[in-house]
Amino acid sequence: MPRRWLIDAGEHSILLIECPWCGPRCQTEFSYGGEAHIVRPLDTDALSDDQWADYLFMRKNPRGHHLEQWIHTYGCRRWFKVERDTVTYRIAAVHKVNERAPGEYE
Amino acid sequence: MTRYSIFTLARNALSYHEKWAAAWRSPPPKSEYDVVIVGGGGHGLATAYYLAKEHGITNVAVLEKSWIGSGNTGRNTTIVRSNYLWDEATLLYEKSMKLWEGLSQDLNYNVMFSQRGVLNLGHTLQDMRDIRRRVNANRLNGVDGEVLNATQVKAMVPIINTSPRSRYPILGASLQRRGGIARHDAVAWGFARGADARGVDIIQNCEVTAIRREANAVIGVETTMGFIKAKRIGVVTAGNSSVLAAMAGLRLPIESHPLQALVSEPIKPVLHTVVMSNAVHGYISQADKGDLVIGAGIDSYVGYGQRGSFSIIEGTLAAILEMFPAFSRIRMNRQWGGIVDVSPDACPIIGLTPVQGLYFNCGWGTGGFKATPGSGWVFAHTIAQNRPHELNAPFSLERFSSGRLIDEHGAAAVAH
Repeated sequence: MPRRWLIDAGEHSILLIECPWCGPRCQTEFSYGGEAHIVRPLDTDALSDDQWADYLFMRKNPRGHHLEQWIHTYGCRRWFKVERDTVTYRIAAVHKVNERAPGEYE
Repeated sequence: MTRYSIFTLARNALSYHEKWAAAWRSPPPKSEYDVVIVGGGGHGLATAYYLAKEHGITNVAVLEKSWIGSGNTGRNTTIVRSNYLWDEATLLYEKSMKLWEGLSQDLNYNVMFSQRGVLNLGHTLQDMRDIRRRVNANRLNGVDGEVLNATQVKAMVPIINTSPRSRYPILGASLQRRGGIARHDAVAWGFARGADARGVDIIQNCEVTAIRREANAVIGVETTMGFIKAKRIGVVTAGNSSVLAAMAGLRLPIESHPLQALVSEPIKPVLHTVVMSNAVHGYISQADKGDLVIGAGIDSYVGYGQRGSFSIIEGTLAAILEMFPAFSRIRMNRQWGGIVDVSPDACPIIGLTPVQGLYFNCGWGTGGFKATPGSGWVFAHTIAQNRPHELNAPFSLERFSSGRLIDEHGAAAVAH
């Protein structure tokens, strides 16, 4: 089955996101949660201002493959991870929070 | 450069306007420049123009991967205002406003800057308190501002719905009379022509693919037209800033989002000012040729696709119809998206980087067009002197480490 990732409305489009629990739903049911796997540093007393800035503000913001978080706000209200191309907006895969995406580091 | 005037217009009319010279040259790139500007949008071209005009640095190239003004410069809703809340932002945008006011004469190019006023509506008591606070802050900084009540708004814009029974009733507005709109393409073309006349090379269809460094200093850029040497590189690439930063091994506090806009079919004059609303979130003006120019907020997700989701358009038009129910029958002609570089505090990043000779001007997010001349002016100063001008010193990359953010999110008259 060809993977659907957009509801086609002519030139305009809207994402069709496959919630790992609820299945494919319209983007308007979801909220975007930004880059996935930003880990809060644990050794906070030893952090420099630059390290804090890196954790708080700096983002990969890649042109192309992006691993990001979404929440099914108007559905099961659960967080999950989406692999999406930021140029074509094509969604390659969705993962539950505890599932490891390919190439993902610890 | 042919100086444009009524006489050259008349002379060219005799030859049926077929003999106008090109407004700028298109030379092949030289092997080395004093300064290379990456990005041929309004901000990049303005930077080159002011480098030549204010600092006498004319051995400059502007590298544009497509044609000049093809990115956000040609995709925005052309609103110009300087009614920001915080001193740092107000002074920066007001510098730009002052340059706008003399820009057509300075460039000898009509950028159609029209100071038709900008209304920022208030729909709740808190909105009105915020408006009063912002107008007072503006006036303390020498920026014009007035607070209008609903009757005054209605008198100024008769077509607006000020019924107290509407879902989000209009209680009043702030008015900046010096605000307005400009012709966005003309801004790019005018700066390009002015820079070119002073010796700047504008190189289109030339994409930067790598930034070459030696030790911790830049030595040039790899492009689709070969290697170009330069000891100073100014990057002004809006939505693609993170991509360029990665080429230099830097991380930026920037996320790129699609921002959409649309225009209606042309109609007779109904709206002679700019109307913005933070609460219902939409903004609208009527261009000189009659179409309504409409915009609103960004798509929430990171996107480089120059298009966004239809749900945003739906929300935008719902907001416009809340203010102008009469527009419900108007058909929309075109819709498009640009990639805006949003920073955490909705303020730009203009200044030096940890890499010597590399300067970044980015993070303008949804509000860069109004700042075009001022942004170029301070960035030219930053590159020429290797230190920021006092106007852009607060907008350094270091502010994210020091914590001295300039939080214009929501404070700047419109939500970002």
